[in-house]
Amino acid sequence: MRLNCTVNGEARQADDVWAGESLLYVLRERLGLPGSKNACEQGECGSCTVYMDGTPVCACLVAAGQAEGRDVVTVEGIADGPVQQAFLAAGAVQCGFCTPGLVVAVHDLLARDSAPTDPEIREALAGNLCRCTGYEKILDAVRLAVQR
Amino acid sequence: MKTFNYLRATDVDVALQRIAVEPGARFLGGGTNLVDLMREGIEAPETLIDITRLPLDGIEELPDGGLRIGALVRNSDLAAHPVVRGRYPFLSQAILLGATGQIRNMATVGGNLLQRTRCLYFYDEASACNKREPGAGCAAREGFNRGNAVLGTSDACVATHPSDMAVALAAIDAVVEVRSSRGTRHIPLTEFHLLPGTTPHLESQLESDELITAVELPPLPVAAHSYYRKVRDRASYAFALVSVAAALDFGADGRIADVRLALGGVATKPWRARTAEQLLLGAAASEDSFATAAAAELAAAVPLPGNAFKIDLACRTVVAVLRRLTTERSGS
Repeated sequence: MRLNCTVNGEARQADDVWAGESLLYVLRERLGLPGSKNACEQGECGSCTVYMDGTPVCACLVAAGQAEGRDVVTVEGIADGPVQQAFLAAGAVQCGFCTPGLVVAVHDLLARDSAPTDPEIREALAGNLCRCTGYEKILDAVRLAVQR
Repeated sequence: MKTFNYLRATDVDVALQRIAVEPGARFLGGGTNLVDLMREGIEAPETLIDITRLPLDGIEELPDGGLRIGALVRNSDLAAHPVVRGRYPFLSQAILLGATGQIRNMATVGGNLLQRTRCLYFYDEASACNKREPGAGCAAREGFNRGNAVLGTSDACVATHPSDMAVALAAIDAVVEVRSSRGTRHIPLTEFHLLPGTTPHLESQLESDELITAVELPPLPVAAHSYYRKVRDRASYAFALVSVAAALDFGADGRIADVRLALGGVATKPWRARTAEQLLLGAAASEDSFATAAAAELAAAVPLPGNAFKIDLACRTVVAVLRRLTTERSGS
């Protein structure tokens, strides 16, 4: 099938897509957007978090066919924002694999709540696992992004 | 993952006609459980019928004060709905204590009811599981069964139903609307899920050609005074060891005039605690009456070595939740 969707504000098409492959696969392998990471493939780790129609979802669980006509924003689409800079400044990146998903999740959190408390930050990021366990610096990065 | 055919449904009747002639097909909603099960090789449908574009995503207030929730309403949207938060707060709390933000954004109400157990041995293809392969045996009985059920179990199966949302819905006496090309049925939530008995692979009353189209909540004034507590091994993103959904109200005489109680994490289906409710109704609100009712409900529990702790934990959690609701009411 030919898949049509909007990605980071741009109308995109991908040909020869199997409707059952994941949106994550389409983004990474067909549209050249490798920011979203493929880790658990179960919706557990959040490394593949993208916005679909304005809502953060796990792209690994979305079938390509379900993304037809949808508006997708990946971590590449929010690269100019303060969240990524805050992660850099706070040293909140170790191996970096969870970082893109976290950047999207934090971007969403701050869009909903400009002054989250620590428990609110922790709960909002519960779906993003850092296998390096670098959570303290990640929390620092969120607090820094809030200040900025 | 086995290759499958993908069909996008844009009309409920067409989707129902299709599944009626293709029993190997499954409906795809949020995909948060089904896709995972397909990747694990536990489910292998030949066709997925994507229903996410069907017009079943509305929440409608009913003239009698109840609420009609479309089957495709996302868990996040249901939890955030002002009427749910105001009239059925424990439903909102239960949903928000389940999964993660990303998953709640995807998961649907209908799919939540149909999610499969997270019993470790159901997920491990190398282990015996009567639910996955009828007649194979149950590895959980002799295995790591800390998370398994103590109520509603059978020799064949001790798997818990994992939903938080459905526990609150059981307390509310929600009704599940299902449709097929043969017609529409309404099934009380408390009867929707089946006890495992000798057929643990049969999990609900839903037939293979039926689609959940809505969940209806009856008007329930006592639910405005409700609370959901979930006890688990970590503070977030874990399934319940024990959960309690309770609603409580008092008469002019100070005695319990209305009560709803349901348990999660301890049973093979969302567990409406009717034995406890009957003991509580008309009783004075006291630690003793709460503890007596909880113990009566758990009297039927059949523990395994790894999960016997759940009996006492469930009793204490019931008492704690009822105490909290009593304190809230006497303070208001």
